[in-house]
Order: sequence, then structure tokens, then C-alpha cells
Amino acid sequence: MIDSKDVQFAYSGGARLQFPDVYLPQGGVLLLSGPSGSGKSTWLALLAGLVAPGAGSLQVAGQALGAMGSLKTDAWRAQTIGFLPQKLHLSAALTVQENLALAFWAAGRAQDRARIFAALDDLGVGDLAQRLPAQLSGGQAQRVALARAVLMQPRVLLADEPTASLDDAAAQDALHVLWACTQRLGASLVLATHDARVAPLLERALAEKGLAPLQRLSLSATPSKGRAP
Amino acid sequence: MSTLRFAWRYLWARPLAATLNVVLLSLGLASIAFLLLVAQRVEAAFDRDLAGIDVVVGAKGSPMQLILSGVLHLDVPPGNISLEAVQALTNSPLVAQVIPVSLGDNFQGYRIVGTSTDYVALYRGVLTRGVLWDAPMQAVVGAAVARKLGLQLGQRFVGSHGLGAGGHAHGDSAYQVVGVLAATGGVLDRLILTDTASVWKAHEDYSAADDEDRKAMEAEREVTMALVRYKSPLAAVSFPRWVNTSTEMQAAAPALEVTRLLHMLGLGADVLRAFAGMLLLTAGLSVFIALWNAVRERRGDLALLRMLGAPPGRIATLLLTEALWLGLVSALLGLALGQIFVLALGWMLGLDQSLLLAGALWPLELLWVPALALAVSLGAALLPALGAYRSNVLQLLQSR
Repeated sequence: MIDSKDVQFAYSGGARLQFPDVYLPQGGVLLLSGPSGSGKSTWLALLAGLVAPGAGSLQVAGQALGAMGSLKTDAWRAQTIGFLPQKLHLSAALTVQENLALAFWAAGRAQDRARIFAALDDLGVGDLAQRLPAQLSGGQAQRVALARAVLMQPRVLLADEPTASLDDAAAQDALHVLWACTQRLGASLVLATHDARVAPLLERALAEKGLAPLQRLSLSATPSKGRAP
Repeated sequence: MSTLRFAWRYLWARPLAATLNVVLLSLGLASIAFLLLVAQRVEAAFDRDLAGIDVVVGAKGSPMQLILSGVLHLDVPPGNISLEAVQALTNSPLVAQVIPVSLGDNFQGYRIVGTSTDYVALYRGVLTRGVLWDAPMQAVVGAAVARKLGLQLGQRFVGSHGLGAGGHAHGDSAYQVVGVLAATGGVLDRLILTDTASVWKAHEDYSAADDEDRKAMEAEREVTMALVRYKSPLAAVSFPRWVNTSTEMQAAAPALEVTRLLHMLGLGADVLRAFAGMLLLTAGLSVFIALWNAVRERRGDLALLRMLGAPPGRIATLLLTEALWLGLVSALLGLALGQIFVLALGWMLGLDQSLLLAGALWPLELLWVPALALAVSLGAALLPALGAYRSNVLQLLQSR
């Protein structure tokens, strides 16, 4: 569940960015689009609690953001938010299994091997556990990164350009896997993209399940100088 | 636990940089360990070999040479003094004990020292086999000598002239081994002890042309020096001055000369220490650069750790732990290298039976090595860790 009202973000230079209000029920899908510089990354960072809203109210998975201390927010993020970045940032020094174990370390929890292997198996990459990221294909690497994102069974999944630079078949596959994960978790999905292929595929998937239609958040605003009225 | 593990993996993910840093750091640390060990051993060896000798009386010349030759057995003596003069010393009311020392011969490089049995007592020598000498041409050998030359009780050997191996053999007068001393770790281990009269006999047998000649030599018998113990410490004020001004001899205080020697060695040690400091500084800079680059290269990965819920402190700790590993590995390697350097020095100087005796010692001062290792590595990691702590996640998410 995501509920934002009058959310603003203040950049360090003094510029402010106003975001449209959004209400996304648990299990809903939000498509985030807009040209670069329109605040997509800022919006994702706000949802993840990495930055605090300068004004307005923002609730994610029942938690009002900006009210908790930073350590609490970090712990909350580890439990609640799954993140699939565009650049996957798998640690080159670590095996696939260790990359997932790193998520437990980051969350300050003892690693659960069974859960790591379950997550890898769910995505069909269980047999790659001992490989290094450099030994994976692009598709395999993305599945590993997705396994890392869903490892803590998050309530909200954030995906940043998951289909960028993929051909049609691969893009379809990537979305399919992402959608399957979201369904399995019962999570909300926020997908930032400017890939036109994504919306029709997701709409069809939602319709098949008889779920609420795709929501769109199109950011076009450029940061405004000074205080917004 | 897993912070240690991940830090270890990250460290060796850049094997070249990690190896370079470990090598640099451990070389610096090895130099420090080497200095500590040598200083400790030299001082311990001097303390042991001075053995309560208050003053050494010998021929005029360099007082340090007198001590080096007569007490530490590292140098040749400046000359000889007459037996008569030594006997005169015994009559001084300030003197408690006089032990004559006669040098001049060796057996396969080990010095034959003509002295009295008091010499053995002075160094608290204990026999493992046999007895002390009670007649000329009987010899008691130190532990190292017995071991290296395989000398057995009852075995006979012929000394050579001079203090190093390879002099003229005194063919006619053979020594017989009557006793073997237990190892003391001191100078006694590498000496062959015999009665003062043996040395005279060996030389007179060798040099005298006829009986008349022998008689003349007997009248002019000499010893090399006398080790003197005072009755009271007050004697230190007047006795050396009396010897130096009223006799043909000089008096040298071992404690004073050794302090002078250590001071001179100390200058060399200072240079080495400065050099080791430079090495450590270089190593510290290298570690700093490596970690700084690691943070830059892994900026995205570190930001992702934030995304996965790691607080900045935990990420900084990961980096510090990486430096900690580096310091730990270098400290262990540095200590091992330091010990090897000491052994190598002993071997090169042929001192394996003297000052730098015995294998590895682990004095408490060596704790400086791990302490310095951690200080350098953690110090170098501080700024990079701060950089990791402050990484701007938003910026990294935007950079594509």
C-alpha cells in the first residue's frame, strides 16, 4: 500500500519537486514514467525511505515515512522494500549465494541458507549459487538480483527500468518473472520505466487475474525554485 | 561474524592491491620487529656477559677494545700485561677478586682462554660431564664448542696460534678435554677454558729454542688482562684512576664501555627506525589509496547495501574490517619476517653461537608490531570509511 498526499522533496540547492498524490492498494501495480530529471529516482528513494519528504505525508505499507529515526527506517526498509536496480550491483567479489547472504548482513540478520536457496530456486537459478556474477548471462544476473530483492519477502517491490536494453523476448521474460514474484509475495509493485512495451504486458497480466487495473504516475514536473504555494 | 567474512572476501577480490599492501606493510613491520629483537638480544647478551665484572685491567689502548676482547670475546686484545703487575693488583685493599685471562690461541676458531677456575664460577658455569682442570693442558669446553666440534671427554686437540682459525698449530702440546659445560646462553658456551699455565706452556714449548731461553720466558710471563671485582662500590672512584696513572696498564669499566657501545649502535638503530617509519608511512598511504579506490569502485555496491537496509555505520565498519584484516595479516607476516631477519643476520655474521643465539624469542615489546599494524591500517581506512558512511544513495540511483 502506498498513500501519498502533497509530497514535496527539497533538493539541497533549494529547488523543490512536487509529486502528484498517489493511492495504490496492497497488491497494486504502479507504472512510473517521465523523462530523465523528472524525479523518478527521487520518488523511488522517497518510497524506500532513503530520503525524507520535505512536506506532505507519505505512507508505505502502513508506515508513515519521515517520522522514524534513520536506524529504524533502515531496519524498516530491509523488511519492507525489495529493490531491483537498473544496474544490478551484484558484488563481483562474491558468489551468487554470498550476494544474497549480503542482504541478510545488510538487514543485520543471521543468514538463512534455506531461504537463499529457495529464492534462487523459485527463479530457476538455484544451480548458479556458487558462480561469480561475471560468470552469469544478463538474464541470469537479473534473476539473481531479483532473488536478492525478494529474499526478505518485502511488501513493496521497486523496479527501476527492468526491461531497458532487452530484446522483446527477454523483456517479456523479465516482466513475467517480476510479475510472478510480485504475485507470490502479494506485494505492491512500483515500476519505473520509459519502455512502451511494459504497460500493455502488465495490463494483460492484471486483467487475466481480474485484478485492479494498472495505475500510472507520469512525472513531468521540473524542480521549481523557491517555495511552492 | 559475517562482517569479518565479507571484509575478507572484498579484500582479496583485488589480489594485486591487497598483496602489494600486505608486502609494504609487513616489510615496515618486519623492520620494527627486527630492531626490537636485536636491541633486546644485544642488551640481554651484554648484561649476561658482564656478569658482575667491575673493571677490566689490561694493556694500554682502547678501553672498548679491552672489553670487547676480554669480556665479550668479540675482538682481539690490545696487548699483554705482566703477571707481576696482576699479582700487585691482588694486593690492593680495594680489590675482592682478580681473575686472570690469557688469550692468544684457538682451536678451529674457538678461543682458548687461560684463566683460573674462578672464571667458571663467575659465569655460574655448570659441568654436564667431567671435572674442572687441575693441571696445565687440561681443557673444559663450552656447550657450543662441544656440540659444534664434537669434542668428547678424554679427547686430545692441538691449539693454533691466533684468535681465528688457521694459525700455526702448537704441534707438541696437546690439550685434553676433561670437562664439558652446560649451555648458559652466554659467552662461556663458545670458549675453551684451561689453566693460565697451559697457555704459557703452549707458547714456551713452541717458541723456546733451548732451556735457557725457556727460563727467560718463564721470568717474563704475562697474561692478557685481569677481570677485577671490587670489595666496595666506592673503589670505582679511585681504583681505575690509580691503575691508569700509576701503572703501565689501563682499567676499563665494562658497564661504561657497553653503554658507550650501545649508544653508538643506537645511532644506527635510529637510522633504521626512521627507515622503518618511512616504510610504514608509505604502506599507510598505499592502504589509503587502495581503500579509497575500493570505495570509489564499489560506490554503487555500497549504495545498494543502503538500499538493502544496511545503516551507514555498518557499511563503514565493513570497510574498517577490511583494513583490519590487512593489518592483521601484515602483522603476522611482519613478525615472522622480523624473526627470519634476525636469524639471517646471526647467520651472516657467524654469530649464531653468540649474541644472536637460539631461535625465535618473543619478548613483550613485540606487541608494538600488531599495535602499529592496526594503527596504520585503521588510520589509513578512516577517510575511506567516512566516504562510505556518507555515500549519497540518491545520486547513485540516478547515475545510470
